[in-house]
Amino acid sequence: MSLLSDLLNLNLSDTTDKIIAEYIWIGGSGMDLRSKARTLNGPVSDPAKLPRWNYDGSSTGQAPGEDSEVILYPQAIFKDPFRRGNNILVMCDTYTPAGEPIPTNKRFDAAKIFSQPDVVAEVPWYGIEQEYTLLQKNVRWPLGWPVGGYPGPQGPYYCGVGADKALGRDIVDSHYKACLYAGINISGINGEVMPGQWEFQVGPAVGISAGDELWVARYILERITEIADVVLSFDPKPIQGDWNGAGAHTNYSTKSMRNEGGYEIIKKAIEKLGLRHKEHIAAYGEGNERRLTGRHETADINTFKWGVANRGASIRVGRDTEREGKGYFEDRRPASNMDPYVVTSMIAETTILWNP
Amino acid sequence: MSALNDLLNLDLFDYTDKIIAEYIWIGGSGIDMRSKARTLRGPVTDPAKLPKWNYDGSSTDQAPGHDSEVILYPQAVFRDPFRRGSNILVMCDAYTPAGEPIPTNKRFNAAKVFSDPHVVAEEPWYGIEQEYTLLQKDVQWPIGWPVGGFPGPQGPYYCGVGADKAFGRDIVDAHYKACLYAGINISGINGEVMPGQWEFQVGPAVGISAADQVWVARYILERITEIAGVVLTFDPKPIKGDWNGAGAHTNYSTKSMREHGGLTVIKKAIEKLGLRHKHHIAAYGEGNERRLTGRHETADINTFSWGVANRGASIRVGRDTEKDGKGYFEDRRPASNMDPYVVTSMIAETTILLKP
Repeated sequence: MSLLSDLLNLNLSDTTDKIIAEYIWIGGSGMDLRSKARTLNGPVSDPAKLPRWNYDGSSTGQAPGEDSEVILYPQAIFKDPFRRGNNILVMCDTYTPAGEPIPTNKRFDAAKIFSQPDVVAEVPWYGIEQEYTLLQKNVRWPLGWPVGGYPGPQGPYYCGVGADKALGRDIVDSHYKACLYAGINISGINGEVMPGQWEFQVGPAVGISAGDELWVARYILERITEIADVVLSFDPKPIQGDWNGAGAHTNYSTKSMRNEGGYEIIKKAIEKLGLRHKEHIAAYGEGNERRLTGRHETADINTFKWGVANRGASIRVGRDTEREGKGYFEDRRPASNMDPYVVTSMIAETTILWNP
Repeated sequence: MSALNDLLNLDLFDYTDKIIAEYIWIGGSGIDMRSKARTLRGPVTDPAKLPKWNYDGSSTDQAPGHDSEVILYPQAVFRDPFRRGSNILVMCDAYTPAGEPIPTNKRFNAAKVFSDPHVVAEEPWYGIEQEYTLLQKDVQWPIGWPVGGFPGPQGPYYCGVGADKAFGRDIVDAHYKACLYAGINISGINGEVMPGQWEFQVGPAVGISAADQVWVARYILERITEIAGVVLTFDPKPIKGDWNGAGAHTNYSTKSMREHGGLTVIKKAIEKLGLRHKHHIAAYGEGNERRLTGRHETADINTFSWGVANRGASIRVGRDTEKDGKGYFEDRRPASNMDPYVVTSMIAETTILLKP
């Protein structure tokens, strides 16, 4: 259907100054992404210059029918890899008409934490490793798996190559380029241990930007799987049994941790996280108890422990960091369906603002 | 079929001054669109400079066989997104050889209303939200729906993303760019509540131009679904049961409504519309009684109601308009298969020209 492609790929810059802005928000489940598009009179690169908008919250479980308007506040702009030209993607958060954040708006509180002077001074960096699984449409069984059966056991698939080992690479590779085009700080990709499962990493990103970039990267991924006619899942344990789950390991450092003597700061921070283990776990994603079993490179959900180079720990410190006496650490607890606004701000809050 | 595409995409500019003009009209049912093309000597942008033409009205149920010529009067010109170059689309209306508008020509009376001095002075603006459903060819069942069954209930599809939530986006996105290219004032698009249903908005457009643009936008959409091998329907309730219908909500304002004190003018206008409810409903689209049930974000067809931010009312006033004391309102009654010439002119007539 090349005629359709010709239209989809029309470069409007030759005929009009108008651009298309796709406004993106998070729906009522806290995990469903929604978007709709509007025409603007000319190119815009500053979110503060974009108009607010609204949508029918009664259709997304976020407002009653007789008072259905939910207001969208533009927060971050990225280039649209699908429409290209001067067209943009706009990450938004959601408010009542009176200006209050609606209950599912987790960005609002995260933004408050990230603008605290103590947090600002520490310049918190995040690198998030987003794992996900691709499923065949209609049967909801992982891509490449025989329907009614299972592939050979885990072993050959991690970073694997070949038609019998890597399933869905075209989705992953187009996502990588699309995100770079969009201006997202995507730092890498790899095939995961379970066949049909993949990972991309976003970062290093500072403060609230990590959450914005991860959400838009997720949106771009779901648009791409839609094109490929494959279903995207962020479930933390999509297949029971001897198959890895999917996480969103969150790498973290502050200015103090990155400087001389940083290793001591890191150890203190990990201690604080240990004291708030239950609070963090409660906010680290639904269904995580199916994944954090103590097997398959996870730590048991009820246990908090940390270690250098230890993938069976809740928190892993890299050998480089130990050797240099400064660096960052990896919180391995968050599930793939975590909300990055919640996780990143909670880690900053516990390690910088909170005292036991 | 790359050789065919090469020919379809030939840029004639290097070889000839001739252009192709596609003349578009509305057929005998009032909703079927027809078109045919002719060669002209050179580029034309002014409809007044285009020649009148004629067609066989006995083949479209608009004239008897022994006296079959129906005359086409060009009324509006748009760039042709399919042939591109200097080629054009021409929206026409239909007359007898004696110069009388034929019965299905609704544009003629609309133009009379819109040239009334009182209406001209009020500069009526329209924004029309055109909903439509995409059907699989041959089975006439919505795209993405399992044949012989139903998808999961409404909830995830409104503005949804993903292969299991959004069906047919390439048609919608190609249509968006094609309309912008054509010069149609398309202001946005979104996925609708029922899966396989979408919406585009045209406006703000002044007076008769709103309807010209909606008709040409519908034409472009049907050409695109033709390319995609998918059937387009404007039926207002394509699937019975707990599935939303399709409407053509018409947003409206006059100069007085947009200025200081406008909210009072709006309320008076809504009152007048309430007094003529039956008259409007009769002209708002065939089969609307299947859609306006009082459920699925509609008001019951026999009830006239209005409210701020209320999607269950006949007329909805936005919170912004209430807050600013001026703005516009949304008539939610028209069905997706309404004739915009009829609806836009009737709203202007009732609110500006008629006294209660």
